[in-house]
Amino acid sequence: MSVLTFTDRGIYCPAGDFFIDPWRPVSRALITHGHSDHARGGMGAYLATDLAAPVMRHRLGDIRLDTIVYGESRRIGGAQVSFHPAGHVPGSAQIRVEVGGEVWVVSGDYKVVDDGLSTPWEPVRCHAFISECTFGLPVFRWPSQEDIAADLNAWWSANAAAGRFSLLGAYSLGKAQRLLHMLDPAIAPILTHGAVEGTNEVLRAQGLPLPPTTRVVAGLDLKAQAGALVVCPPSALHSTWARKFGAASTAVASGWMALRGIRRRRGTDRGFIMSDHADWPGLNEAIGETGAHKVFVTHGYTAAFRRWLEEQGYDAGIVATDYAGDEVLAEGEAPADIIDEDAPE
Amino acid sequence: MKDFAALYARLDQTTRTNAKIAALADYFRTAPDADKLWTVALFSGRRPRRTITATSLRDWAAEKAGLPLWLFEESHGVVGDLSETISLILPPATRESDQPLSYWIARLKELSALPEAERRQGILDAWDSLPGPERFLFTKLLTGSFRVGVSQTLMTKALAQATGLPEPEVAHRLMGDWSPETTTWARLLHEGEARDDTARPYPFYLAYQLDTPEDLGNPTDWFAELKWDGIRGQLILREGRHHLWSRGEDLITDRFPELARAIDWLPHGTVLDGEILAWADDRPMTFNALQPRIGRKTVPKALLASAPVVLMAYDLLEQDGHDIRLTPFAERRQRLDALLTDLPPEAPLRLSPPVRFETLDDLRAARLRAREEGAEGLMLKRLASPYGNGRKKGDWWKWKVDPLTIDAVMVYAQAGSGRRANLFTDFTFAVKHGNELVPFTKAYSGLTDAEFRQITAWVNKHTVQKFGPVRQVEPAQVFEIGFEGIQASPRHKSGVALRFPRMLRWRKDKPVDEIDTLDTLKDLLAAHG
Repeated sequence: MSVLTFTDRGIYCPAGDFFIDPWRPVSRALITHGHSDHARGGMGAYLATDLAAPVMRHRLGDIRLDTIVYGESRRIGGAQVSFHPAGHVPGSAQIRVEVGGEVWVVSGDYKVVDDGLSTPWEPVRCHAFISECTFGLPVFRWPSQEDIAADLNAWWSANAAAGRFSLLGAYSLGKAQRLLHMLDPAIAPILTHGAVEGTNEVLRAQGLPLPPTTRVVAGLDLKAQAGALVVCPPSALHSTWARKFGAASTAVASGWMALRGIRRRRGTDRGFIMSDHADWPGLNEAIGETGAHKVFVTHGYTAAFRRWLEEQGYDAGIVATDYAGDEVLAEGEAPADIIDEDAPE
Repeated sequence: MKDFAALYARLDQTTRTNAKIAALADYFRTAPDADKLWTVALFSGRRPRRTITATSLRDWAAEKAGLPLWLFEESHGVVGDLSETISLILPPATRESDQPLSYWIARLKELSALPEAERRQGILDAWDSLPGPERFLFTKLLTGSFRVGVSQTLMTKALAQATGLPEPEVAHRLMGDWSPETTTWARLLHEGEARDDTARPYPFYLAYQLDTPEDLGNPTDWFAELKWDGIRGQLILREGRHHLWSRGEDLITDRFPELARAIDWLPHGTVLDGEILAWADDRPMTFNALQPRIGRKTVPKALLASAPVVLMAYDLLEQDGHDIRLTPFAERRQRLDALLTDLPPEAPLRLSPPVRFETLDDLRAARLRAREEGAEGLMLKRLASPYGNGRKKGDWWKWKVDPLTIDAVMVYAQAGSGRRANLFTDFTFAVKHGNELVPFTKAYSGLTDAEFRQITAWVNKHTVQKFGPVRQVEPAQVFEIGFEGIQASPRHKSGVALRFPRMLRWRKDKPVDEIDTLDTLKDLLAAHG
């Protein structure tokens, strides 16, 4: 029997009778990270890393949640299970499942570069690797974080000098904090939308180094915040909420901004190329380092990426999943459908 | 190339006109002359010709990147633009170049003269010396597909700001037949006079669309005439020679040899603005009759006989060698009348007749009759107005007749490119004929970006079959198609060809069995063809 099987409720381990990131209610769910397409409500019991737990409680409310630390090994039924850093967002994990000496790893979402906040990605040796491939085409190659930070702060400084607000749209868990961590607080004040600040509070409480931010609430004197940068969910950029900032300069940060057509259609002044998913070199490096011979690819350019892996000598397959979250592209759909469809918050 | 890439990025990052002008003006104040000259040339559509095939570029880039061709094509499909795909898949540059734009364009020309192997190496070296955005622009130049969202008017404004020259002077100097290889920055903008080049046309004045005649204010301020459906042309008679320019600034003198005879009736130092029309039996032939003459550099006799042209003149820009563009329209028009009255019918010139009116209702009625007279609407010109540069609101209006319309169903879809990459924007439509669907036109425009996104999602879910880039879709989405004219066409399965087809409305309310039929199309053909 396979270590893991693919069902219409999610990835299942028969030996341990548990699911990984299921999209329908099950009795026992192991969760890679707190994004809402991976961590859904209604499960009988949850297991996640201690670092992911506060955000999951913040988002899912009163759930039965057990925690585990990176690298700790635990027996569940006939399976030996451990969680390992995935570098996607703070607390995110790959899940290693070993049954009868055979090791499978579910990547969840991941990136291989160190973002300074999330525990950096570690390769885990395995026989079979289930990898996301959101950006599984060779046109996706991310600039270094230092370069993005320099561009971002230059944009903000120029706006501040011109007396304009800078509105930066970013997913409120992960992307927003990564950006905050990259900002130079000496430029001007940093303001946050409530959805972003809610997550900030949770992450600050668990010791993440974030710069001071002010929540935008009714009655906040914006005149005293001249030149501020405002971090908000992308959906808020073109909302009535954003109007209070007047003729602000707007930007989003996303891997899709690598493509000029999408960047222009997004309708913001700037598009910073920054993703919490692995780029093409990252995916290839990560898969190589697992030593896996068998690779399953999921959400993203699955057909092309699988064919590429086959040509590189892997035994590759496609797994259909229901993950359609922060930056994920459902197969066959144009990116345009996704980037305007901001992730469920 | 760095400065040019920075300029391009600034232009690309904003849709605000003033920000674009500021970016351009900054660049024109600081860049080297050779680069400025090339920038003006590129931004006014004077692109270097493509010297290397797209296939070669694709093969070289894929090989350099270590990627199979199928994966290159897969990526190209997602990116939508060849140059962008190439610049993205290539490994990061390992060298750095400080060479300016003009160097790279000269290099392009050099490379195209070399044998294949050296050319390939030269291109690979160039790609390896240029970081992302510069590499993208260089490849755009290579593929001859460089375009930028900057209008001529906008560039003129920026040049005027940067050089201190008046805008009309700049606009005039940019006109005509020049390239960075035949002129210099100083000669283009600063030396001598704009009219020293006797073939140089004046900038065309363009009209805005009129939404409602109430916008005109007092009817007595206005002159009305028919809006002719031909090719806008400027006929220059100077120093014993004639030159004919199209609005797109193509010199089309040789394509319309009939107009050479204008010299027999008009004095030198005359410049006319008008419409080139195929003309027979004292009325315009359809635009379709003119069509075969547009693409041909030389015209066979049979075509000269079947579609003879005249210039329907409607403005006088130069008389006795004097630029009279600042003279009010009423006066220019009077002088034009005097020049053209009593010409014999063999003269290839006609005077665009005025449309008489007293009230706005008279105008409304005249507009409704325009199609019967072979015109596509009315032109309204303020009697007191000078002849301007480019498109300027307020003095010249075009008031077109409502388009002909037909309800049809979408049967094929294809993705666009550039800004529309990844979106399905090019559609084929069909009408009913019994139980069959007969495709009869394509249309690309008329929907909002949001509607294109919606239809793209729909196409993805309802594709029946793929033929390369073309998707056959379930015949379910109904659109109201608008068009300006209809012609019999043996080349089309439906037997008709439309002029300016576009999507007027997405008829989500309309079921497919209520679309129009082939018979409706044939009735329209009988009435308007």
